[in-house]
Amino acid sequence: MIGLEHYLSLAAGLFVIGIFGIFLNRKNVIVILMSIELMLLAVNINFVAFSFYLQDLAGQVFTLFVLTVAAAEAAIGLAILVVFYRNRGSIDVEDINVMKG
Amino acid sequence: MELTLLFAPLLGAVIAGFGWRVTGEKVSMAVTTGLLFLSCALSWVLFLGLDGTTEHVTIFRYLDSGSLSVDWGIRMDRLTAIMLIVVTTVSSVVHLYSIGYMDKDPNWHEDETYKPRFFAYLSFFTFAMLMLVTADNLLQMFFGWEGVGVASYLLIGFYYRKPSANAAAIKAFVVNRVGDLGFALGIFALFYLSDSIRLTDVFAAAPEIAQTRLHFLWGDWNAANVIGVLLFIGAMGKSAQLFLHTWLPDAMEGPTPVSALIHAATMVTAGVFLVVRMSPIYEYAPEAAAFVVIIGASTAFFAASVGLVQNDIKRVIAYSTCSQLGYMFVAAGVGVYSVAMFHLLTHAFFKALLFLGAGSVIHAMHHEQDMRAYGGLRKKIPLTFWAMLIGTLAITGVGIPFSGEWFGVPIGFAGFLSKDAIVESAFGAHTGVGNYAFWMTVVAAAFTSFYSWRLMFMTFWGAPKGDRHAHENAQESPMVMLIPLGVLSLGAVFAGMIWYNSFFGNEAKVETFFNLPAHEVSASAEGEGAAPLPGVVPEGAIFVGPENKVLEQAHAAPDWAKSSPFVAMVLGFALAWLFYIWNPALPRRWAEVNQPLYKFLLNKWYFDEIYDVLFVRSAKAIGRFFWKKGDLGLIDGTINGVAMGIVPWFTRWAGRMQSGYVFTYAFAMVIGIVVLITWMAISGGAE
Repeated sequence: MIGLEHYLSLAAGLFVIGIFGIFLNRKNVIVILMSIELMLLAVNINFVAFSFYLQDLAGQVFTLFVLTVAAAEAAIGLAILVVFYRNRGSIDVEDINVMKG
Repeated sequence: MELTLLFAPLLGAVIAGFGWRVTGEKVSMAVTTGLLFLSCALSWVLFLGLDGTTEHVTIFRYLDSGSLSVDWGIRMDRLTAIMLIVVTTVSSVVHLYSIGYMDKDPNWHEDETYKPRFFAYLSFFTFAMLMLVTADNLLQMFFGWEGVGVASYLLIGFYYRKPSANAAAIKAFVVNRVGDLGFALGIFALFYLSDSIRLTDVFAAAPEIAQTRLHFLWGDWNAANVIGVLLFIGAMGKSAQLFLHTWLPDAMEGPTPVSALIHAATMVTAGVFLVVRMSPIYEYAPEAAAFVVIIGASTAFFAASVGLVQNDIKRVIAYSTCSQLGYMFVAAGVGVYSVAMFHLLTHAFFKALLFLGAGSVIHAMHHEQDMRAYGGLRKKIPLTFWAMLIGTLAITGVGIPFSGEWFGVPIGFAGFLSKDAIVESAFGAHTGVGNYAFWMTVVAAAFTSFYSWRLMFMTFWGAPKGDRHAHENAQESPMVMLIPLGVLSLGAVFAGMIWYNSFFGNEAKVETFFNLPAHEVSASAEGEGAAPLPGVVPEGAIFVGPENKVLEQAHAAPDWAKSSPFVAMVLGFALAWLFYIWNPALPRRWAEVNQPLYKFLLNKWYFDEIYDVLFVRSAKAIGRFFWKKGDLGLIDGTINGVAMGIVPWFTRWAGRMQSGYVFTYAFAMVIGIVVLITWMAISGGAE
């Protein structure tokens, strides 16, 4: 029988993969975006799992919101990337350090 | 009329000070002088027409704060009227005199305009002085008090290119601040006790204040005595009494007309005026009054002794002023306020005369002030000589003793009558301090005579000394300078004889002159057990308590006491004649024999040196400590350390943190979240 702890373990695993995706990736900004999506999904799974466990629909409603926001964020992030690529001709993480102090 | 009188000098000051570019030099001088003469004429009309009752004129409300409400107002009584004629008369003749004296002043370049400024200051001073003497409340008096202080500062430092003038101006200002602290504290105490600073209310509260104890500094004191002493400390500063006198001789750095107006005739007498004005307080403060007498008598003696050996003509007269102010305080302190005012009035005339005469001599001698460079000027500047002679006769007190008793009219120069009145009053007090004051003033009278004649003999007799060129070119001053001398000479000769009875000679006349309740009346009323409680304050100009019989006792003084100042005067004259005419080598020999005493006097009892060690150096040391250690070390050190050490280090560190790589920021965020969650978990979370 699949219980709450399995869902939470899966979510935690996905979250950690997302984090490491951000840190260890030194190449592509798109991978960073994907990692962020992954972390959001992990959170969503948590929401749904707890919603079911506690028999409270609010968690699932919240998940829908998060998905909406994630979609918008992905759209904006990709748009920025496109513009950035046009300006700089590269989307390598190594090259993006304009903010260096 | 009072308002015109009061504000005419202010108008003159504004026109001359701000409008001289439009009106020109000549017009601004004429306007200020003209307005002052207008003011003077109105004062005399007021003085002669005054029937003695007190009038109040309110100009407008000055401030309202809680129970403190103050008006700008005029208190018109005999005391004010006397001060008005003194101030405006001397001021107007000094204005006139300055037109001549300040012309082509060698301290300025040819093309510089300094005269309108000078006249503006003079007129401003006169305005402030009038505010002081007409004040209806203590705040207004304090305003005038500080106003004259400012004017005095500006005029002492008028030759601002001379460092000594600037130093003297600052010294005068600072020493006066010491006194002003006392005055201000006195006003606070009066407000604290009587809940008002209107003179009328304060006077009415005087008997009650005398019954009150006041905690001040380390002890419990009688309130009237505390207030009396505090107010007198203010007066000491303004009137250059012992311990706070050091500024007056230095103030001679100012132009001579200034010395005549401010530092002889008017401003320095403000202290005497204050004590006399506050007579209702002093009548109930015997200890404070005794303090006034002691300081006054000591000053009279001290200043006269220093005057004996000074060589600068203006300094001699400055010390003489200091000494004469001591006389006035003696009179005020023993409780014969009318005599203090009498001497104030006569002194204003003859001292202004002496100063203006000295100015005329200095003018003739091309701004040489050392008397050792004078000599034999009698023939060169005869009119100035006669004026100075009259002034000297007046200050030394030449007259016919007992003339009042023998001929029915007192005969003598102004100083003779007023000074003798003071000496007799001191004797008539029949108290310990009174006797001390009597002997001090008699000795000071001999000194006065000696140094005054010494001045005359060194300046006008003997062979010409010093720069031959200056002597050859010495010539009489112009008419604008001689007319003031003439006017003041009249005052110096006749002021005493005209008003002797009103101020001192005749008790009934004194009472009507100052609008006092007659002693007999109050005595009979007391007998019936009716009204005047001991200490009902009359609406008179001055207040003399029912127990105060010094005036009668002064008249009853024995003949030897009455004639003693005259004898002292003759003695001083004879000695001066011996020293400077009969055998001019004598002073030098005498000075060599009595070297320590001579040095002691020449260095003014070493007051300046002692103050230098006590106050100036220690203040400088404290100042240097706070400057070097406090300001430079602590404050600047902290600011520089933070700005140049810590902040740059921090910014370098923060700069290195900004790598610009997204994953670094993400890492920072994650670390942050981890720290937060850990903290939440350990501290128990949101419960």
